[in-house]
Amino acid sequence: MTQISFVVNGEKKTVDAPPMARLLDVLREHCHLTGTKEGCGEGECGSCSVMMNGELVNSCLVPVLQADGATLCTIEGMAHDGQMHLIQKKFLECGAAQCGICTPGMILAAHHLLEKYPAPTMEQIREGLAGNLCRCTGYQRIFDAVEKCGTGTAGTAKRGDEIDAFECE
Amino acid sequence: MRSNVSEYELIAPGTLKGVLQTLADKPGEYLPVAGGTEVMVMLGVGRLAQKKLISLWGVKELRFIRETETTLTIGAGATFTDIRKNKIIAKEFPLLALAASWTGSIANQNRGTLGGNIVNASPAADTPPALLAYDATVEIVSARGSRMLEYRAFHKGYKKIALEPDELLYAVHIPRRFADSFQRLRKVGTRNAMAISKVALAIVAKKTGDVVSEIAIGGASVREMPYRCIAAEAAVRGKALNAATIASARAALAGEIAPIDDIRSTGRYRAQVVCNILEDFLTELQNDLQHR
Repeated sequence: MTQISFVVNGEKKTVDAPPMARLLDVLREHCHLTGTKEGCGEGECGSCSVMMNGELVNSCLVPVLQADGATLCTIEGMAHDGQMHLIQKKFLECGAAQCGICTPGMILAAHHLLEKYPAPTMEQIREGLAGNLCRCTGYQRIFDAVEKCGTGTAGTAKRGDEIDAFECE
Repeated sequence: MRSNVSEYELIAPGTLKGVLQTLADKPGEYLPVAGGTEVMVMLGVGRLAQKKLISLWGVKELRFIRETETTLTIGAGATFTDIRKNKIIAKEFPLLALAASWTGSIANQNRGTLGGNIVNASPAADTPPALLAYDATVEIVSARGSRMLEYRAFHKGYKKIALEPDELLYAVHIPRRFADSFQRLRKVGTRNAMAISKVALAIVAKKTGDVVSEIAIGGASVREMPYRCIAAEAAVRGKALNAATIASARAALAGEIAPIDDIRSTGRYRAQVVCNILEDFLTELQNDLQHR
């Protein structure tokens, strides 16, 4: 067991875990943040996506020791004070969630994408979400929701009502 | 079956010096792990034999991209995202940026490193064909010092590499002389995103008049390791391209590769397709008026 500390969704946590434990399991079992899902467990499906030091990562492929000292953001960190994040609102509006297993990862991947490209093109959205698989195959509605978060082409989103997720550097 | 993680040890010295000292004190005992995109998958499926690991993530001395007038140097710890963001790579070494963009998803590109891609030594890896075609040199370090090795000599056989147990891949050096070259890379996979290649081929060439004055070809999944296609190169180097020389290059390539049947494709398909790609590239080069 190794003592590991990190900040997740603005809260400092210290856990005792085997250093090769997956960040995914530590988030779910030690921090009880069960919004992060396990899909394939091998970095193909993106269900376990979280932000680590401002970068999107698959938490199933992060040995927890490598998260020591990191700043993390999970799906639980997207909403604030009972107010949904803009991305969550647009997912709801567009019917972008079906069974919901891929949704947390999709939203984190969308968040990472929108930080890089505030007004992403459909091509950028497709590439940005290529690592997130939806087995209900509701991709088009997911892409529509992300496009509506952008300040560009869709033009329907008001950035003013956006609530920022916890800062991850 | 999933591995029991409590059986595994992972240490993180945090500095290059600390890592090299551990490798020197206990050669071969610790398996280096950078972004975990390979090692953690092996752990997940219960196939990670090595029980002791040493973390390279966060070792700042390994994560850099810098240039001199003549050379671009990429630290082994540079991620695929770092490579995709670099302006010099985008301009002068577009095949490398393209290969990086093909490697897994954005989340994998944020964690996977160039060094990991090379040292993992998969014959199907995305970046090696481009590195071979760019005539890269690798820099290897240990507590004993450092040495340079032509990248084409780094792969010795299936998953066999020219690293001693106390050594670490430090960086890749690429000469900055290809900005005006004809450069092409093609990957054939099951789908565009995330697929591991059935076969891939990179070519970097120059013509003097109609004669091919410089050519380097790198292939993935054509042999038991990333492979520099020297026979195909020799078939056209110093010659003008025409139907006959292109056919001889095809024959030379077919003769030097030995692709296998596996879960992703068949040897026969791979041989046919990689020869077709070479013919396409050489035909394009023959008609190319820009790069000479």
